[in-house]
Amino acid sequence: MTDDRIVAVTMPKWGLSMQLGKITDWAVAEGDEVGVGDDLADIETDKIAGTLEAADAGTVRRIIAQVGEDVPVSGTIALIAPAGVSEADLDAAAEQARAVIDAGVPDEAAGEPVVETAEVGGRQIRYVGAGQDGDVVLFVHGYGGDRNSWLFLQAPLAAKYRVYALDLPGHGTSSKDVGDGSVGLLADAVIGVLDAIGAERAHLAGHSLGAAVALSAAARDPARIRSLTLIAPAGFGREINAGYLRGFADAQTRRELKPVVGQLFADESLVTRQVVDDLLAYKRLDGVDEALHTLLGTLLSPDGETQGIDAAAAVAAIGGAVPITVVWGTEDRIIPSGQAAAVPGAAVQLLDGAGHMAHMERPAEVQAAIEEAIATAPPE
Amino acid sequence: MARNITYREALNEALTQEMERDESVIVMGEDNAGGEGAPGEHDAWGGVLGVTKGLYHKFPGRVLDTPISESAFIGAAIGAATAGMRPVAELMFVDFMGVCFDQIYNQAAKFRYMFGGKAVTPVVIRTMYGAGLRAAAQHSQCLYPLFTHIPGLKVVLPATPYDAKGMMIQAIRDNDPVIFFEHKALYDTAGPVPEESYTVPFGEANVVREGGDVTIVTLGRMVHTSLDAAAQLAASGVECEVVDLRTTSPLDEDTVLESVEGTGRVVVVDEAHPRCSIATDISALIAQKAFGALQAPIEMVNAPHTPVPFSSALEDCYIPDAQRVVNAVKTVTGWTR
Repeated sequence: MTDDRIVAVTMPKWGLSMQLGKITDWAVAEGDEVGVGDDLADIETDKIAGTLEAADAGTVRRIIAQVGEDVPVSGTIALIAPAGVSEADLDAAAEQARAVIDAGVPDEAAGEPVVETAEVGGRQIRYVGAGQDGDVVLFVHGYGGDRNSWLFLQAPLAAKYRVYALDLPGHGTSSKDVGDGSVGLLADAVIGVLDAIGAERAHLAGHSLGAAVALSAAARDPARIRSLTLIAPAGFGREINAGYLRGFADAQTRRELKPVVGQLFADESLVTRQVVDDLLAYKRLDGVDEALHTLLGTLLSPDGETQGIDAAAAVAAIGGAVPITVVWGTEDRIIPSGQAAAVPGAAVQLLDGAGHMAHMERPAEVQAAIEEAIATAPPE
Repeated sequence: MARNITYREALNEALTQEMERDESVIVMGEDNAGGEGAPGEHDAWGGVLGVTKGLYHKFPGRVLDTPISESAFIGAAIGAATAGMRPVAELMFVDFMGVCFDQIYNQAAKFRYMFGGKAVTPVVIRTMYGAGLRAAAQHSQCLYPLFTHIPGLKVVLPATPYDAKGMMIQAIRDNDPVIFFEHKALYDTAGPVPEESYTVPFGEANVVREGGDVTIVTLGRMVHTSLDAAAQLAASGVECEVVDLRTTSPLDEDTVLESVEGTGRVVVVDEAHPRCSIATDISALIAQKAFGALQAPIEMVNAPHTPVPFSSALEDCYIPDAQRVVNAVKTVTGWTR
């Protein structure tokens, strides 16, 4: 039945544990022309809501999944095809796709990904891996984040690479003690995870505080790191939204936390109830309050208003040995994107209209930047 | 890391972790250890429904198996709390509180106030409530409205394993007397619970389902009944917002009122008898503070104003079910002046 000009639009996998997604709104109708990057549909999972963008250009010929319907990950939700493809072929493909949706989640897909533990400096550092072959990529989240911050990126990149994401000390399910809270102590965890997975060389991608941590880890042994992708990195200027940082550390309730978290995004509608609930549950774990307040002392200088992290020494130690890509949303309300110009020798990509969480707001472009960084890294 | 465990296991884990963390935490009650020195002690139940299983041997000398004398051991727990311990006493079924109520409402609830804030009473009284176990009129009641009436007590009713653990840890660390209600029918329900210790603060309701048409305010076991009803109603296009109060004292008025301001229609679902219940209390709150938002009279779903029947057929009719909640929602959505 298949005509290879038919392109299936499939339910994306946002996060390693995602099994089902629900379409909350179609931005296109049958017969519409779409280009690469056009919004196709709003999709909701039990964790997050996001917008699926078109990966291919063409005419939307069939919409398979209806609004409100649960669709298993990778199930076909729409068909894009040029005019030459016959209605009969499309009907056949649509029928097949419908059967997959109706069958639901296959049993063998059940279960959470395996969480691994590395012991680093007496702390339990948790991480998850995905992907069988290729270069090792390790994701380093920012302040108050965790390995799930990369949910839009880890699964898609795992098709080509071995992709790992860790929980830094004080975060996620890792030990909550952060010692002196220094960037160096956090970088120990990154090195520890690379050791635990046996990665002799790896690409690092870090966000915000995690970008400074990735730089620090690379500075220890530049030969080990093949590329660095820094998303809205800390450490390249004085200005930072200290009110946000303190607000995040101090918030005790949903009412206090929600407006604070909203500042992370250009589009605050991404801050769903589930996002706030998950953050609150994290903040209420024993030891987290202390960890976040200790790390405030790292992020902020003693004046309490300007950045406490200076990445210059790490950049100097790397000395141009590792190619650096910087990705920054122009609407970043935590660290202004103008600081991208201060990263020496970096390839800079500004994302128009994205906020501090560019990797959640514009995952396709961040993914492309990481793939480009990996592809253009000097050969081993 | 979160894994799925039962409500019963979540409570046991909270007790274990707090006893490990703080030596002043002790457990006392009837059959908590299965009977000290009794044959069969090693496979003892650990409380009548197994919540304290294993603690007796894990914490020698800190799990006190008491005689069947609630007035004595509840009083002892309250006294120990004023003297620096953090006792968790099990008043097996809340129905038995009649014989120890002076200790609770006249003593524990009053110390902080009467001693000008110089005395604290960090006691937790765990107790089981609710119908459904064929345990008849004296072992099935929902007496949380009585405790909610009394200033100086905190009254909490976790509905999920996550809340059970976090609220138990909060209760133990809290410096005021906490009456901790556990519904017998929830012990075997399972859900994700972090392995680490954490707290769930009191006075924070939880919106467990979002919806724009009708607000269902509920608590305890009725949270699940209300969610079942909301799922049925969603299939016919009515979206309910379900608010789990989690604690009746302190009460999170803001979350209730904000939801009502968004929906304008309210059903309160409460397993207690209808008179002077949480349903009447919440209805009065809304009528007073959100009257302008209401588009229909408030509906209440309660058990009847009768003792819990012994007949199993009658008991099944007695407990509010999802159909009654669905009917109440249809009443408020279909109401015309």
